[in-house]
Amino acid sequence: MSAANVRPRSKVAALSLPPGTRGPLRIAAVLTVAAFIPFVYSGYTVSELTLVIAYAVATLGLNLLIGYGGQISLGHGAFFAIGAYLTAVLLSHNVVPVIATIPLTGVASFIAGYLFGLPALRLRGIYLGLVTLTLAVAVTPLVSRFTITGGVDGLTVNQPQAPTWLGLSQVQFVYLLCLAVAAVLFIGAGRLVRSEVGRSVVALNDNELTAGAVGVNVTRTKTRLFAWSAMYAGIGGSLYVFAVGFVSPDSFTLTLSVWFLAAVVVGGRRSIAGAIIGGLAIEFLPVYAAKVDEALTGAIYGAALIVCIYVMPDGVVGAARRMKAAASVTPGAFKRRAGRLEQRLP
Amino acid sequence: MTGSLLDVGELRAGYGPAQVLHGISVRVGSGEVAALLGPNGAGKTTTLRAISGMIRGHGKVLLDGRSITGRSPERIAKLGVAHVPEGRGTLRGLTVEENLRIGAYTRSDRAGRRSDLERCFAYFPALADRRRQQAATLSGGEQQMLAIGRALMLRPRLILLDEPSLGLAPKVTRALFEVLRDVHDREGVSMLIVEQNANLVLEFAQRAFVLEAGRIALDGDAAAVRADDELRRSYLGY
Amino acid sequence: MARLLQTIVDGLADGSIYAALALALVLIYRATGVVNFAQGEMATCSTFIAWGLLQAGLPLAAALGLTFVIAFIGGMLVECVVLRPTEGSDALTIVILTVGLYFLFNSADGWIWGFDSHSFPSVFSTSRLSVGGAHLTAQSVGTVGVLVAVAAILYAFFQRTDLGLAMRAAAQGPDSSRLAGVPVDRMLMFGWGVAAVLGAVAGALVAPALFLNVNTMSSVLIYAFAAAALGGLDSPVGALIGGWIIGVAQNLAGTYVGFIGGDLEILVPLAIITVVLLIRPTGLFGSREVVRV
Repeated sequence: MSAANVRPRSKVAALSLPPGTRGPLRIAAVLTVAAFIPFVYSGYTVSELTLVIAYAVATLGLNLLIGYGGQISLGHGAFFAIGAYLTAVLLSHNVVPVIATIPLTGVASFIAGYLFGLPALRLRGIYLGLVTLTLAVAVTPLVSRFTITGGVDGLTVNQPQAPTWLGLSQVQFVYLLCLAVAAVLFIGAGRLVRSEVGRSVVALNDNELTAGAVGVNVTRTKTRLFAWSAMYAGIGGSLYVFAVGFVSPDSFTLTLSVWFLAAVVVGGRRSIAGAIIGGLAIEFLPVYAAKVDEALTGAIYGAALIVCIYVMPDGVVGAARRMKAAASVTPGAFKRRAGRLEQRLP
Repeated sequence: MTGSLLDVGELRAGYGPAQVLHGISVRVGSGEVAALLGPNGAGKTTTLRAISGMIRGHGKVLLDGRSITGRSPERIAKLGVAHVPEGRGTLRGLTVEENLRIGAYTRSDRAGRRSDLERCFAYFPALADRRRQQAATLSGGEQQMLAIGRALMLRPRLILLDEPSLGLAPKVTRALFEVLRDVHDREGVSMLIVEQNANLVLEFAQRAFVLEAGRIALDGDAAAVRADDELRRSYLGY
Repeated sequence: MARLLQTIVDGLADGSIYAALALALVLIYRATGVVNFAQGEMATCSTFIAWGLLQAGLPLAAALGLTFVIAFIGGMLVECVVLRPTEGSDALTIVILTVGLYFLFNSADGWIWGFDSHSFPSVFSTSRLSVGGAHLTAQSVGTVGVLVAVAAILYAFFQRTDLGLAMRAAAQGPDSSRLAGVPVDRMLMFGWGVAAVLGAVAGALVAPALFLNVNTMSSVLIYAFAAAALGGLDSPVGALIGGWIIGVAQNLAGTYVGFIGGDLEILVPLAIITVVLLIRPTGLFGSREVVRV
């Protein structure tokens, strides 16, 4: 095995940065680029991107549950709706300062998720899917019924106002506010995944019986994970209200839950960055589908979903990883890798 | 080589980029029992899978002179090869009797199938007691019996067995091999048995192959291998 | 008393509609192990095809017969082209796939046949009967009859025939079944074909009552899921009984429980699904899955 067979894995490694700085450097880079967007693009695009952020946060929550935790939920939209409606009600009655709505919504959604998860998570697979499905379908008729939630017409609220000393427009302020919240949540998710809790979750996913045997409290871990994912969805709902200023029963149908599911698959399971791709997909896929042919919108994004599954079963992020791995393979490495695998396979 | 039911030569197979078998040759004569031994990771399960068509192998795989490389598992089963896979592969949601009946799917003679079902129960009385039970409720040993029974229902010419003793108590394993011996004596079925428990299978087999890191390291008469202490120690570790 | 009886009768009629689609769901789950979210949309598509044939002048029997053939071929094609390449994928992937099919069919239906509502002729006569103060239609009685017959046939097919056994085996353990010589791919294709025909039957039974439009089956889908969950995802008999229970419960609640009224009626099947799943996930008649350590 000569030195000629070994190639540096990536350009950054060749730059020999101190260990542990690559991750934060990447995050800082992404945030900087994202922060410049409201000053470069038009107001309309910025508001669209604000929605992307809201959806991305919610998708991240679902990704934690499905990708890392291996559970299934068809009811994510319900927690998104709970968060959105709670925030809308708080805003419309001017009960608390705007900035306080986010942590309040987060806590409320966490509790809601925990309470729902306690009984629900005794189920598995398709049965868990069905019970979460009922949650998603129940939202629209329930919120239509009560006046506090605005009934069938919904609620219009005042969006967060930009403080004058910042010199930003309304749209720009809301975008940056949402970006800040999302940044905290994304970084938090990254930590969560790498922490002991995160590793228990992955252990649980791989083999529930074994995980239990090595001391992972199965019920508590699963329920907590569900609650975290509900919290992310709820805060996503909050951000949605900031961006749109309006909630109505029609915004939170079963379709929304399905979209979150699709977003996780399209973005890439077990990938935090994938949630951003997922958020982009939710916002822009219908738009582009409508541009191709107004009447065939549904058919086009249905077809797009199917094609996505074929071409990128691990989502966009997975496909990118595979391309990177393929590019760094040399003939020597190939044989070595095969030799290593050979030992493990019967 | 003449008289071989199964003739495998220069077989290469693997999983995607990982090549596991690098050109192996094994032979099983008509009515013969051959043991395929070797350490973990050597490629024993891969060999059986390549023969039964579960994965695609490249090279020569002849069943009674006919090439079966590249054929689907269903076709190969129809030609009389019954593969009892690693982990038994019982259909857990079906009853014991249904599992056995599926084994006979390729056969069209109703009377024959019914009498074979009874013969299966004769070989494995424990299964007879549980014929209407769901397969998932069976113990490990009973599931192994069921898997072998299902293979027998095919009226196979060749049975491929992947680690039949895995996870079973020694007494159960002995009983299992008694039945295998009985089946072999009565029906004259050829067998290729992958086993970790080399001692047990060498008592039973006529031929032994040792697989190491994807290549055949030893190919000889089973009794001779068993008798040769040095050979046993260096290749089989006991 | 007459009101109670009428409510129950209406409930059974509604329940039959749910049961019809639930039967197709159960069939495809039993035969292929897949929960097909697009089943309703495929049924709507078949019903539109029948409607188109009727518009072209064919008599009802011929239109339906031809539709069943087309549905069978269509179902097989969907399995072959869309599902098979992803065989062995995990449950989530399959869910997304069938969801994609849902959007595809729903939108394509509208694109081909438009978004208007159409009336659809009933296979049964339009006569009405009066039993003990309650009004029945030949349509609802006939529907019940057809459903019972179909459920009986499905039950007998899966439990008593070799082909039915092979299909069950193929759905539960494709690799093991292949090793036993079962042509698994063909079984799955066949399963989808038959399920598509069943969906077409459901459409023909349901459309006269609900009118035929792009969303006819979408609204029924959640009820059908509730029926299948209640009855047991792999039990044809369960789908029927589950459907009827849900129909009756929904109508009783809607009529007698003031709080529920018309718009919260959907909460009834939802509550039923939740309770059933928490108490007995395999439903009333589903086979218990034993998890052995």
